Amino acid sequence: MKVKVLSRNPDDYVRETTRDIQRVPRNYDPTLHPFEVAREYTRALNATKLEKVFAKPFVAALDGHRDGISCITKHNKSLSTVLSGACDGEVKVWNLPKRQCLRTVQAHEGFVRGICSRFCGTSFFTIGDDKTIKQWNMEAPEYGVREEPLNMILGKTVFTGIDHNQRQATFATCGQSVDIWDEQRSSPIRSFSWGADSFSCVRFNPVETDLLASCASDRSIVLYDTRESAPLRKVVMRLRSNTLCWNPMEAYYFTCANEDYNLYTYDMRYLDLPVIVHKDHVSAVLDVDYSPTGQEFVSASFDRTIRIFPKDKGHSREVYHTKRMQHVICVRWSADSKYVLSGSDEMNIRLWKANASEKLGLLSQREKNAATYKKKLMEKYQQHPQVKRIARHRHLPRDIMKQRRKLWEMTEAQRRKQRNVRKHSKPGSVPLLSEKEKKVAAVVE
Amino acid sequence: MAALTPEVLTSNVTHVGKMNKKKPPKRYWEETDEKRPEEEQGTTRRKQNKSTAKVRSSKWKNDETLEKEDPFPGEAPIPKKKLQKFMRGKKYNVHAEANQKVKEAIMSSEAMTEFAQKQAARYDLLLPEDAGFLEGDEDEDTNTISQDDIADAVDITSGSKYFNLHLSQFGPYRLDYSRTGRHLLVGGKKGHVACINWQSKDLMCEMNVMETVNDVKWLHTEAMFAVAQKKWLYIYDSKGVELHCVKKFNDLLRMQFLPYHFLLATTSATGFLQYLDVSIGKEVAAICTKMGRLDVMSQNPHNAVIHLGHSNGTVSLWSPIQKEPLVKMLCHRGAVRSLTVDKTGTYMVTSGLDRKLKVYDIRAFKTLHSCVLPAGASCLSLSQRGLLSAATGDIVQVYQNILGSSPVSKPYMAHRLRGQIWGLAYCPFEDVLGIGHGEGFTSMIVPGAGEPNFDALDTNPFRSSKQRQEWEVKALLEKVQPELICLDPGQLSKVDLVSFEQKHKERIAALGFDPMEKDRFKPRKKTKGRSSAGNIEKIKRKVAYEDQRDEIRQSIEERTEREKELTQKSMEKEDLGNKSTLDRFKKRKYPQQQ
Repeated sequence: MKVKVLSRNPDDYVRETTRDIQRVPRNYDPTLHPFEVAREYTRALNATKLEKVFAKPFVAALDGHRDGISCITKHNKSLSTVLSGACDGEVKVWNLPKRQCLRTVQAHEGFVRGICSRFCGTSFFTIGDDKTIKQWNMEAPEYGVREEPLNMILGKTVFTGIDHNQRQATFATCGQSVDIWDEQRSSPIRSFSWGADSFSCVRFNPVETDLLASCASDRSIVLYDTRESAPLRKVVMRLRSNTLCWNPMEAYYFTCANEDYNLYTYDMRYLDLPVIVHKDHVSAVLDVDYSPTGQEFVSASFDRTIRIFPKDKGHSREVYHTKRMQHVICVRWSADSKYVLSGSDEMNIRLWKANASEKLGLLSQREKNAATYKKKLMEKYQQHPQVKRIARHRHLPRDIMKQRRKLWEMTEAQRRKQRNVRKHSKPGSVPLLSEKEKKVAAVVE
Repeated sequence: MAALTPEVLTSNVTHVGKMNKKKPPKRYWEETDEKRPEEEQGTTRRKQNKSTAKVRSSKWKNDETLEKEDPFPGEAPIPKKKLQKFMRGKKYNVHAEANQKVKEAIMSSEAMTEFAQKQAARYDLLLPEDAGFLEGDEDEDTNTISQDDIADAVDITSGSKYFNLHLSQFGPYRLDYSRTGRHLLVGGKKGHVACINWQSKDLMCEMNVMETVNDVKWLHTEAMFAVAQKKWLYIYDSKGVELHCVKKFNDLLRMQFLPYHFLLATTSATGFLQYLDVSIGKEVAAICTKMGRLDVMSQNPHNAVIHLGHSNGTVSLWSPIQKEPLVKMLCHRGAVRSLTVDKTGTYMVTSGLDRKLKVYDIRAFKTLHSCVLPAGASCLSLSQRGLLSAATGDIVQVYQNILGSSPVSKPYMAHRLRGQIWGLAYCPFEDVLGIGHGEGFTSMIVPGAGEPNFDALDTNPFRSSKQRQEWEVKALLEKVQPELICLDPGQLSKVDLVSFEQKHKERIAALGFDPMEKDRFKPRKKTKGRSSAGNIEKIKRKVAYEDQRDEIRQSIEERTEREKELTQKSMEKEDLGNKSTLDRFKKRKYPQQQ
């Protein structure tokens, strides 16, 4: 007779001393782990619920301005420094970790219309309603010394936007025309205008630094090359675009914030149709900024909310609002891609987390693993109705809900009408137009 | 070794890289020293070793190449069987016309799955314990070997696992092992309830509830157990303190605990199947089965469906969300006496008053084989590794290899007891079978019954109290909702086509057109002369006809297939029907199948 009976030596399975970690022998045999799908689903559902529980996006409010914030810009070299301009001509330099104002400059009379930091981070430029462009040193002057700009240019007309080239000592402003300036000269080296009487925004392409795009008041978006004397091409839309932002990673895409409550992502090479229409705002969109990863962008709207959109999705993944936040004028995504800054009418700059439920601070390896596991679970089960419902749900103020319902009714009525027209007309005479096709009026080369 | 000659010739060259470069490509007539990985492993290993040994020796002779060849190039091979064990469903083949993004997503997820499968299969080789076994000498049947002999032959700790508890006063006994296999709960018909740490033989509590006890069951941990008493369901803690008396659950006969759902399923003498959620203490479902007294019950550990055996020979399958049985199958000509389901949820074994023992495949609801046991089996139990124990009268018989297509042979082991057997249960992760009978309790050694390697994150027999607490919290968080109990536990991960079609229809109704419709064919504008209105119409019509033809072809194929099936079926029916000796002279309508 040969016999063997299972007999385990406890020493192999129990830790030796209490200072050891527990032994955890594994066996991945699927028959020992029944209901793996159901249990994983439950885990995913719990992860989604916990994400909602821990969603506390508001980090801090920076107060100190004495009028509405009109523009914000990031320091190009320092993560913790942010500059902001207000409607009373004041510019403030902020330290984010300390949530302190480091310096205040009375830069202009009237609005500060635009502000941008030089690529090296040693100085910054401001423009204002007093028709001047001023260059300031990033370092604060010594105690007792008056704040003086390094350089000042007096223009002929009011400037509305400014952006600095990422590599060269040139910058662009817009107003009645788009001007390219050399830092050393007091007159523009190039000046573009194409039918429009005013421009609201100008942005350099972050990769092809000779290219730039601007939003004009004649509902068009115009592309330029600084090496050429004439603009490249423009696309005319149904309504005016307020600002635009280039995708920093795929720099042939740009997204514009439109007056018709939507944002449009265009491919610079094919302007005939927008790549994606981003809908969700219920009032004019005033500002847009991309995350440094190029995967997402944040938009600020007149409806007193900011929203975060994935670059390839038609609807937002996140909406931030507070009772006190009024019309959001400007918004920026921080350079470490973790925070979003918003400046609004009621004189506050707010700091938000880009991922509402993200834990801040140093994470242990186990915490990191748990977070990635949760993320993957939610991704895997995102299409299940329960998970989807919980993940999508956001609380919105009542007036925004009302406005949304009204908008939905309007579009539904239009659609119904269109459907009826098509039903009672000759087949093929009323073409089906997609939402993208409806919004582009013309492309001019 | 013709392939190696050039190396010897160029031995004057000192530079290694240069020498490699000069080596001419291998020709088909030259002997290949490497075989394909698909070939049998053992032989390749040996051959590789030989060839590499030769290579090495020749190199040492040359005494200039510092580079050594890897004797086992590439990844270590994994046995196919091991890979099969960790396979979850078939690989999904991406449609060639699918969206690029979808394609990439599917491909990457498939790659990840394959990687995980391989890793798991690799890890399987490292498992520390092997399963037990019992082999007789020549001309010695293993079923003649007595328990005393086995207990003498094995080590002391294992030998002590064979023991008897003489409890003749309050018997017969029902029993239950906790999920980790450490603790044993016995309940005598006449009210004696005791829980024991059976390995250390520590008595945790013992009491007499002064009432008939029909069944006992551990709940999720060894801290609580449920007792079905004469009237109501009681829940006690491990010290014997009564925690709850659940008066909604009356006249219970049998209980089953579903550990991942935290559900206690009970059947009563009045024909009710009730589910109690033990984590929140609420009744989840009460189903009136209308089948009379329910004293045969088992759970399918694979999908948490409850199997009930009835007095008319049927077995019905239940889930808490449905008032009707999921499946009802006629299994025996008499009443069903006992049934059990294996842990993979593939096989069900039933025994009935007609003294038959039947093995069913419950994926197809088909009998695999059946046999007649002279005394009939009153209790059945399946172990983790597929050993079936059947209580026939006062003898417990253990069968091996019963799950599968081979018919039932003679028993693997047998053990005679005194008194009627009332409860049978295998201890998880141990080679032990617990038997509750009229004279008390017997723990019997059955080598090869238990799963040798446990997963400590799921059930750990050696867990500390801290680990138990942590496990309890995690298990509660992962509690599967009772709504998810259905025949196929993997249903949740499958594509829900029905609701997609419904949604799609609603969308079409709302939009007034089909957004997913294929674009109509639009002929390209050709150069002068070739794209007149008439020509374009012609091209369009041609394409339209082609599409139509494809559809028609497909439908015809489907129809012929269906007809073929129907005729085949009808023929078979005819064959089975009245057959006479003269039929052999009839002309055949279809070729005879060999």
